[in-house]
Amino acid sequence: MDIYSFLIQLLNGVQYGLLLFLVASGLTLIFGIMGIINLAHGSFYMVGAYMAFTLSSLTGNLFVAIVVGVVLSVLLGIVLEWALISHLYKRDHLEQVLLTYGLILVFEELRSLIVGNDVHGVAVPAILGGSIPLTATLSYPVYRLFMSAVCLALAGLLYLLIHRTRVGMMIRAGASNREMVSALGLNITLVYRLVFALGVALAAFAGMIAAPVSSVYPGMGTQVLIICFVVVVIGGIGSIWGALFASLLIGLADTFGKVLVPEAAGVTVYLLMAAILLWRPEGLFRRAG
Amino acid sequence: MLNRKLIAVGATLMLLALFPLAGSGFYIELVAKVMILAIFALSLDLLVGYTGLVSFGHAAYYGIGAYTLGLMAPKYEAANFWLTLPAAMLAAGIAAFAVGVFVVRVKGVYFIMVTLAFAQMFYFLFHDTKFGRGSDGISMNFKPIASIGGFTPFDLSNATHMYYCVLVLLVAVFLFLSMVLRSPFGRALQGIRSNEHRMRSLGFPIYRYKLASFTLAGALAGLAGYLSALQFGFVNPELLSWHQSGNVLLMLILGGVGSLYGAVVGAFAFVALTEIFQALTRHWQLLLGGAIILLVIFLPGGLASVANRFRRTLIGGADDA
Repeated sequence: MDIYSFLIQLLNGVQYGLLLFLVASGLTLIFGIMGIINLAHGSFYMVGAYMAFTLSSLTGNLFVAIVVGVVLSVLLGIVLEWALISHLYKRDHLEQVLLTYGLILVFEELRSLIVGNDVHGVAVPAILGGSIPLTATLSYPVYRLFMSAVCLALAGLLYLLIHRTRVGMMIRAGASNREMVSALGLNITLVYRLVFALGVALAAFAGMIAAPVSSVYPGMGTQVLIICFVVVVIGGIGSIWGALFASLLIGLADTFGKVLVPEAAGVTVYLLMAAILLWRPEGLFRRAG
Repeated sequence: MLNRKLIAVGATLMLLALFPLAGSGFYIELVAKVMILAIFALSLDLLVGYTGLVSFGHAAYYGIGAYTLGLMAPKYEAANFWLTLPAAMLAAGIAAFAVGVFVVRVKGVYFIMVTLAFAQMFYFLFHDTKFGRGSDGISMNFKPIASIGGFTPFDLSNATHMYYCVLVLLVAVFLFLSMVLRSPFGRALQGIRSNEHRMRSLGFPIYRYKLASFTLAGALAGLAGYLSALQFGFVNPELLSWHQSGNVLLMLILGGVGSLYGAVVGAFAFVALTEIFQALTRHWQLLLGGAIILLVIFLPGGLASVANRFRRTLIGGADDA
């Protein structure tokens, strides 16, 4: 492998990792703050990708589709939290798993009813359609760089939101003691609803910007969900930094695994997870206590 | 209470034993399929209901049991039942042990995610490599024969014989698990479920107990998978898919977690539910998903809680849950 193909794989790995971070951060926030294990999180990614496909073929512009899609996914998150997830706060994990498993079936079947079971492509917007030449034969698509930049910017914004704003303060307080926060007169119900909607929007957004690269296909949600579980297990639940670090690690391991040991490509990330479980069962970044 | 339970179990058993005399071929095979799923659900109940470990990857061991038959079956002759059945349980047990070494180190929600991830690893192993002929799976040309030195007590290609074979194994697994649960080992598992710290301070090696439970559950799931491969003569990676793991959890919830009867009832309820939904629409998963959501919100205790509530209003008396 020469230096340029190495560079390309490195960029791909980082880009994939950052994309995973958008999905995994929502998953880890929803668990860390609300105590909910959400199997349907991958479905939101899938919903996002299908929204990008449907809306961009309606409007003819991916950016418009993304803006509309984010608004719709926030609404979806609010409605779901209000109607279903709010029943789960005092239930055990088994019931949370089952309800969100039911949600996956509903989303998959609705997808098949509304859009069908075909694989669809989404066009890269014309402005970002070019690629940067590296050598005479190798080049790197601008859209992928754009994706990485957007994901990085969102990661930064998420950090600022949680650690530097009043809402973030309420979120962090709600994570450590729900009753106390609500006794102090803060509207914790609203905070939870916003956190869930934020998680849904992040996952759907990831699906939307990934659509031009990965195409849109049935089962894409599940695939992302399980990889994100690996990310959360490695990073430690509830830790945003852990999620970022583990996402990049998994993104790189998966990308280089596919190049270096193609026969075992499906298994690389799981072996990595197994190794980390032996070393630190609580994940790399979990705070004690 | 115990007597009434015994009567109910005896009646169910009689009903199952006499069923092939009345049922047609289709229903004999369907009920045999349900009983195989009941074995699968029983094996998971040992983990979820009695050890407090919610595994979302139990289908992996079911699939490995099934694949053992698929891989061991010779192409031009029948495999030996007495050889392949223990082999399937052994293979599934070994796989569960290997995974268990990692997963029983973690707790709660981590356990759910990690078991799912490992199950997915096995799924990809069978789906992406030539080892189990990839996504096409393996179809077997012959049913295994159960001959001992030339004598064949039953013929597995006969649906009725197959039915009784499954019934006997279901009863055996049921009795075995109730014995296990009454043994000191089983008591310790239930102690771990209700208070792990106390059991640890009493000096129980928690890790080893959990690992043993995980391995045993895996081996029994392998038995169910083996029987399923035997019944359908066909294995493919979908046997290991996470839908399968989700469905078996659903069976437990339907019947009520932490009761061996519940696991069996749940398997029947699950198949009845899916058969009804499939008859209604091609998009039956939508109905199934909706039903699961409503079940969790409105009936946290499963069908058993409905039966209890019904009985309480009917005859009065305390809650039997």
